[in-house]
Amino acid sequence: MNSSIQLELFVNRVMEELEKKLSESPREPMIDHSSTETVHASDPDVVTVKVPQPKWKEGLTELIESTPARIGVWRTGTRPLTKEMLKFRCDHAAAIDSIYGEVNANLLDRLGLFAVETRYGNTENYLKRPDMGRIVTEAGVATLRQACKPKPQVQIVVSDGLSANAIDSNLSDVYPSLLDSVDAYGLTAGTPFFVKGGRVAVMDHIGELLEPEVLVLLIGERPGLVSSKSMSAYMCYRPRNGTVESDRTVISNIHPGGTPPVEAGAYIGTLVLKMLERKASGIHLDV
Amino acid sequence: MNLTTRVLGKTYQFLNLKEVMAKANEEKSGDQLAGIAAEDAKERMAAKLILSDLTLADIRDHPLLPPETDEVSRVIEDAVNEKIFTEIRNWSIAELREYILGQQTGNDQIRRISRGLTSEMVAAVTKLMSNLDLVQAASKIEVTTHCNITIGQRGVLSGRAQPNHPTDSIPGMKAALYEALSYGIGDAVIGINPVIDSADSVKNILLATKEVMEKWNIPTQNCVLAHIKTQMKAIRQGAPADMVFQSLAGTEAGNKAFGIDVALLDEANDLVRREGTGTGPNLWYFETGQGSELSAEAHHGIDQVTLEARCYGLARKYKPFIVNTVVGFIGPEYLYDSKQVIRAGLEDHFMGKLQQLPMGVDVCYTNHMKADQNDMDNLAVLLSAAGVNYLIGVAMADDCMLNYQSTSYHDIATLRETMRLRPATEFEIWLNRMGIMENGRLTPMAGDPTMFM
Repeated sequence: MNSSIQLELFVNRVMEELEKKLSESPREPMIDHSSTETVHASDPDVVTVKVPQPKWKEGLTELIESTPARIGVWRTGTRPLTKEMLKFRCDHAAAIDSIYGEVNANLLDRLGLFAVETRYGNTENYLKRPDMGRIVTEAGVATLRQACKPKPQVQIVVSDGLSANAIDSNLSDVYPSLLDSVDAYGLTAGTPFFVKGGRVAVMDHIGELLEPEVLVLLIGERPGLVSSKSMSAYMCYRPRNGTVESDRTVISNIHPGGTPPVEAGAYIGTLVLKMLERKASGIHLDV
Repeated sequence: MNLTTRVLGKTYQFLNLKEVMAKANEEKSGDQLAGIAAEDAKERMAAKLILSDLTLADIRDHPLLPPETDEVSRVIEDAVNEKIFTEIRNWSIAELREYILGQQTGNDQIRRISRGLTSEMVAAVTKLMSNLDLVQAASKIEVTTHCNITIGQRGVLSGRAQPNHPTDSIPGMKAALYEALSYGIGDAVIGINPVIDSADSVKNILLATKEVMEKWNIPTQNCVLAHIKTQMKAIRQGAPADMVFQSLAGTEAGNKAFGIDVALLDEANDLVRREGTGTGPNLWYFETGQGSELSAEAHHGIDQVTLEARCYGLARKYKPFIVNTVVGFIGPEYLYDSKQVIRAGLEDHFMGKLQQLPMGVDVCYTNHMKADQNDMDNLAVLLSAAGVNYLIGVAMADDCMLNYQSTSYHDIATLRETMRLRPATEFEIWLNRMGIMENGRLTPMAGDPTMFM
């Protein structure tokens, strides 16, 4: 780009804006591009308003506050500013870490959840072999047969999935509100438990074993950059071998910045009731 | 059909075409997960050598999934022009590759032979092509489409504005959309993935995007990427949808897992033509991606490149406005690292273009894959050189609802400037009028989303 022309356009535009501003309100100090870049240079978590001369300054704050998306970030040429780009890389580093975490055992104890495992083996294998995360180990099967009430109306299962962090952060809010909601509708829940190394379709294996009317699986989602703590609730009417993805109903993005955990628990209860009434789930539920 | 060869002192005997097709693929974790990949580099080369000598007729005469048992196969078979196929039936796959890459072969010649090819033949030739072959061959093919505006012209790189929000907040979506528009992104589509798959939610988002388009006279098209049944319900309730969307799989069983079949797509096609708000004639948006059939255990032992080609064979029936492969979304069990994702992105783009589809690519990765943003930069440049119709634009490449990273508004603007590409013509005229772009470059005003408040 011809930089002198660009600079001239820029200066003209800034002058116009300044005139407008001066006539309206006490003048804001003119922000120049280089000074905003150095603000908060030591703290990559603080994102400041970087658009140097927005058409509507208060409006820009309103936009930025309305979404966790990385907007109002400005640019140098067509590229992002340095701090913004480095912040993104920091968040990516954090997301990678959360994949290798473990769910807090005290949390599971406190909520009365015992644990079984799938055949996942280890994290690397879990990533490459989703089929193994869909099958509970033989020892786990024996435990479930012995410990769980068969043919429950509602079976609740928790799994770490791709983010143990998601369970640690949300389960203590979602789980009690889900139980309250199930109670309030006069429904009965079976024996809840935790599955380590689970994939969504582990619902089918558990469905075959325990034959619930509706199964609710609370599972950690693949971690994102904005949140590595996002949980999903997958629900299915009579999950069995051969159940297809579109038979499942899902509420995703359960975390404080997305669907609030307590509300999610109550909403899951409402959906479970609908599934029992209509004897269907997924795209057949028609909500 | 010869299935035996000698490579480096060893004789290889393959059982059938399905095995040759799978083992001729470049290495992919998904084929390994399915247990059908070549055991080592030599076996892979043996399969490629065998495949290079097979003829187009061999491929057609040995269906991997017979039309009698699979409706996607029937759609692909029904589309073959028999006269053109007869002209080329004795070509080997090696000859097909050399024809496509030949200096005398241009867009018109490729368009003509493409009508005589099945998706399996397209997949076969792809397996014999290098990454640069795939770039050059695809760059010869121009596929333009029209919904409300025309995209896909040579020299045009469009962007989908993808202003998703983790709770479907309309103000939040609008904020990210304003940011996209201020960088010149949104000519392919304003397309939003909803969290809540309900008709009311779809209708609200369609109304909100339409309102922005009308207020600022933006020459583009809107779409909400809910399940097709949900969109149909919303449209019947009066929602303004310029296009309808659906994810596709390459087998009937795979589509069943998505909750669709050809009859449902036909019904939706009829509905969007009667009650959609788009001008047309292209009124569909499809998404695909290697590995989805295996993920649904609906792959019938067929490799993921071939199944991906079959998705495009199905898509072609509906003359879509845009198609994209969400190449790195599915995860490391299908595409393990950046090398595999880059290869798959180039394969998918070429295979779609060869089947005359308006291909875009969601150049993307998840956080559990061995890839990072630098790899996306690389693939985006390669695809821009290959003439990709559009890329996905997400604020700073970070989708805060789908939890993956794609390409950013900045990236598309940068690719346009670096590769001398432009937005779609009607959209660029609008950008000029808004003062966002001048002579194909961003002005000092660009990047300020408050201009739309």
